[in-house]
Amino acid sequence: MLDASRAPNGLPSVPGVGYKPQHFAEILDAPGPVGWLEIHAENYMGDGGRPLAQLRHLSERFPISVHGVGLSIGGAGPLDPDHLARLKHLVSWLNPASFSEHLAWSTHDSHFLNDLLPLPYTDATLIRLCDHIDQVQDVVGRRMLLENPSSYLAFAESTWSEPDFLREISRRTGCGLLLDVNNVFVSATNLDFSPQGYIDAYPLEHVGEIHLGGHDEDHDDHGRPLLIDSHGREVVDPVWSLLDFVLDRSGPKPILIEWDTDVPDWPVLRAEAARAQTALERLPA
Amino acid sequence: MTVTQDDFHAALLDPGRAIPEGLCDADAHPAGRRFNVYRNNVAVSLTEAMHQAFPVIAKLLGAQNMDGLAGLFLRRHPPSTPLMMFYGEAFPDFLAGMEQLSHLGYLPDVARLELAIRQSYHAADSTPLDPKALSIDPEALMSARLDFAPAMRLIRSPWPIHAIWRFNTEDGAPKPQPGGQDVLITRPEYDPIPQPLPPGGGDWIEALQAGATIGAAYEAAAETTPDFDLGATLALLLQGGALTSLTEEGQEHEPTRLDP
Repeated sequence: MLDASRAPNGLPSVPGVGYKPQHFAEILDAPGPVGWLEIHAENYMGDGGRPLAQLRHLSERFPISVHGVGLSIGGAGPLDPDHLARLKHLVSWLNPASFSEHLAWSTHDSHFLNDLLPLPYTDATLIRLCDHIDQVQDVVGRRMLLENPSSYLAFAESTWSEPDFLREISRRTGCGLLLDVNNVFVSATNLDFSPQGYIDAYPLEHVGEIHLGGHDEDHDDHGRPLLIDSHGREVVDPVWSLLDFVLDRSGPKPILIEWDTDVPDWPVLRAEAARAQTALERLPA
Repeated sequence: MTVTQDDFHAALLDPGRAIPEGLCDADAHPAGRRFNVYRNNVAVSLTEAMHQAFPVIAKLLGAQNMDGLAGLFLRRHPPSTPLMMFYGEAFPDFLAGMEQLSHLGYLPDVARLELAIRQSYHAADSTPLDPKALSIDPEALMSARLDFAPAMRLIRSPWPIHAIWRFNTEDGAPKPQPGGQDVLITRPEYDPIPQPLPPGGGDWIEALQAGATIGAAYEAAAETTPDFDLGATLALLLQGGALTSLTEEGQEHEPTRLDP
């Protein structure tokens, strides 16, 4: 039973949440449906103190997913060897259930820009990304998951669709995929494609984790909706529907609620996790 | 039309610069304000990081002025690693170089104090020295050396920086009075505690950090502070768990190192 409920990468197919230190005591006291936690790798690369002590404590109780936000896998230059070494160190001592990063770049000439920046989907990008992913999986010593971005614009030079691009990366490197369903919805709205069509083209068989988060609404120069991935509020209903659409095709998966800005009280976050639990429970046994 | 990361990066940090051609919307129209989402994310997230890193400086300057300064700072000193917990190391010197702020001479040292508190928070854990280790022959004690915890910091200033920090972080704290302060930061468990040192304490600790014996450091402190009270400073260090080992003369001197 236990084995059947676990995804190949080791996270259980139950809800998880992005860990925030202000929830430490409540997560331990009243986790509700939350069965695992995700941390941003870079917040746990200090030498010691409370962050590492809390993480050590939580990892005795929960499977942990290490989610990198700073590796700049899509960067035009080489990967930062110091940062790779820090990741390797963290993954070695923590032995997390999963490790993931983004289809994006964030560092330019050793300047870290603290945002996930977009890539053209071309053969040249594909080759560079696959080299970098090979290197990461080599150094860190495990398979990683790669997350689809939220897009606000497109590159005229792109020759691949995003689902095909991700499928090809996974085929070449053996990496798994992290499917951010909110990002699909945001990108589909912003770039005017069908989110269901995206999911139909997407290699769900490689998905090791699903992300859900809230987004904000803005408008572009022509008055059309421009959604912004903000992780600062509840997941909207159409994204929950898209999650059902995914789960009907993929079967149960580990589902993460991301809430990174204007972080709410624990019961609010737990209620979002409970909604993910409901989505999983409606699947046929 | 290829958009390189050089092109993207240049337009990202300079709102006056044209958005690279080759970025578009779904109808192949130029990206326009869609590009500003990225500009905004970078500027807002780094500005927010500066507010979180230097809350007392932000309070002293006011939120709007802090936004403006952070905007200048992040363009001149973008983060050099993805470890945002250490962002802002160059901020104290940056503040010192701002002519418009020269009338607020204490700002750079207050920023140094805030930076040191943050560094202490993330520093490696260590096992404090048992105070009994100091119960040795007084002569042997004077010729011994001390090692400090990785989380210990000393910030020396001609300004009352501890009083300024406290006044801006603690309800009902007394108004700062003129005069310099040496501030000791200890981290007994997980929360760094900044405390003002008694006169001479900064000289004594600085000499010890440079490798002087307890006795030689005492002489250095007594030179500037004839009534230097070694016991009071030592007590602060011991209470804060800021000492990790004592090495007597002739012993192999091996600073305690703990793997993180």
